Amino acid sequence: MAKQTPLYPIHVAAGARIVDFAGWDMPIHYGSQLEEHRLVRERAGMFDVSHMLAVDITGAGAQAFLEHLLANDVAKLTETGRALYSCMLGPDGGVIDDLIVYFFAPDDYRVVVNAGTADKDLAWMREVARGLPGGGNVTLTARRDLALIAVQGPQAQAAVHAALPGSAAATAGLRYFQAARMGDIMIGFTGYTGEAGYELIFPAAQAEAIWRALAAQGVAPVGLGARDTLRLEAGMNLYGQDMDETVSPLESGLAWTVDFSRARPFIGRVALEATPPTRQLAGLLLEGRGVLRSHMSVFTALGEGETTSGSFAPSLNASIAFARLPAGVVVGDRVEVDVRGKRLPARIVKLPFVRRGKVLV
Amino acid sequence: MSIPADLRYTESHEWIRTEADGTLTIGITDHAQGALGDIVFLDLPAAGRSVKAEEEVAVIESVKAASDIYAPVAGEIVEANTAAVDAPESINTDPYGAWLFKLRPANAADLAGLLDAAAYGKIVDAA
Repeated sequence: MAKQTPLYPIHVAAGARIVDFAGWDMPIHYGSQLEEHRLVRERAGMFDVSHMLAVDITGAGAQAFLEHLLANDVAKLTETGRALYSCMLGPDGGVIDDLIVYFFAPDDYRVVVNAGTADKDLAWMREVARGLPGGGNVTLTARRDLALIAVQGPQAQAAVHAALPGSAAATAGLRYFQAARMGDIMIGFTGYTGEAGYELIFPAAQAEAIWRALAAQGVAPVGLGARDTLRLEAGMNLYGQDMDETVSPLESGLAWTVDFSRARPFIGRVALEATPPTRQLAGLLLEGRGVLRSHMSVFTALGEGETTSGSFAPSLNASIAFARLPAGVVVGDRVEVDVRGKRLPARIVKLPFVRRGKVLV
Repeated sequence: MSIPADLRYTESHEWIRTEADGTLTIGITDHAQGALGDIVFLDLPAAGRSVKAEEEVAVIESVKAASDIYAPVAGEIVEANTAAVDAPESINTDPYGAWLFKLRPANAADLAGLLDAAAYGKIVDAA
């Protein structure tokens, strides 16, 4: 039996097409994925992402625990509410999950992890904590009592301010990748679309009221289908598709998230330093007609690679992909992709494809 | 879910209309377009191509996936709908108007093997 978020009845009543996603009944679209994509680029849309899991990490050892657990360095977080995107690596350097960690105090953090990996992540975090002296002096609290709504688009922040009394003041001066707490609602200036917006985390009992308040401000519901095309255009990786336990973050376009700057023995560091990357993740733009999908062979002057994510990109009216290619290919290189038995020309482009409503390639 | 009574159907969700001159006009059903989601790309067969029954003759790509379209009976492709190629979304909005291709059947008797609306409706209900 698939799990359902507190907003499931609202999705069904809105006519959503429901699909199984990582064991959850989730809306893939509410009519038209293309229309939902466009609404987020041009106005504002909201996504039920309550299948994702918030884990509160508290206690005197919280900072030291996270400095050990994560490939990015939480010591960089000093201002309250500041957030960091990081991979959580295994000892072999493979990616167990990618996540966002929010800092509120050196003994008070929150991480938000993917739905499909949540149980595995939690088990790993507990195992790592147990391996530290005194259990790491850290308490891990899985917050299945919370719901998550992402509100994204050029009009998203104004809509949240109108829908949630007090939120404009609470978020005044908030920077990108920073969160504010307003009572029991966390408002993070983060997202997965390349647009401005917030991610709201709050007690599940409030989910319906907040969803309806946002709808009353003209925020349209958006399903996981558009979430995928939006994140792909925004050059953002999807766990399980663009990286997983079998690949290094350094071969997944995530070198910028691995912080080697201090002599910090984070899990996976030794393996990453022992294994120089031989592949790299790159953006592809299909030059002809057709649609790129994941797991298509890519032929470059330096050898073969494979697409990891691919789709029709509504903002470009063309097809785009991420591909894991031999190290050394560069932006502008011509490649060929095997699309259903035909080799179609594509070009390596700089990521992201789209940011803040503007096509960049 | 619309299933016009005057059309014939296949189990793979194509619809077939017999024109006055005996040629067949082929598209995909309302059920099929709904299941595919937004359609973004069509690859249609060239006129003059001879096809066998159930041969893959066209590809429809939606935001979700690529789907093969099959010839309902053997024959020769007469025409592809270039207007639909330029506006693939028309298949979502008007599945029984936005046809894909026209086919001259090799043997008119083959049409007897196609489903009528009632039989196709049962397949959709069971899906």
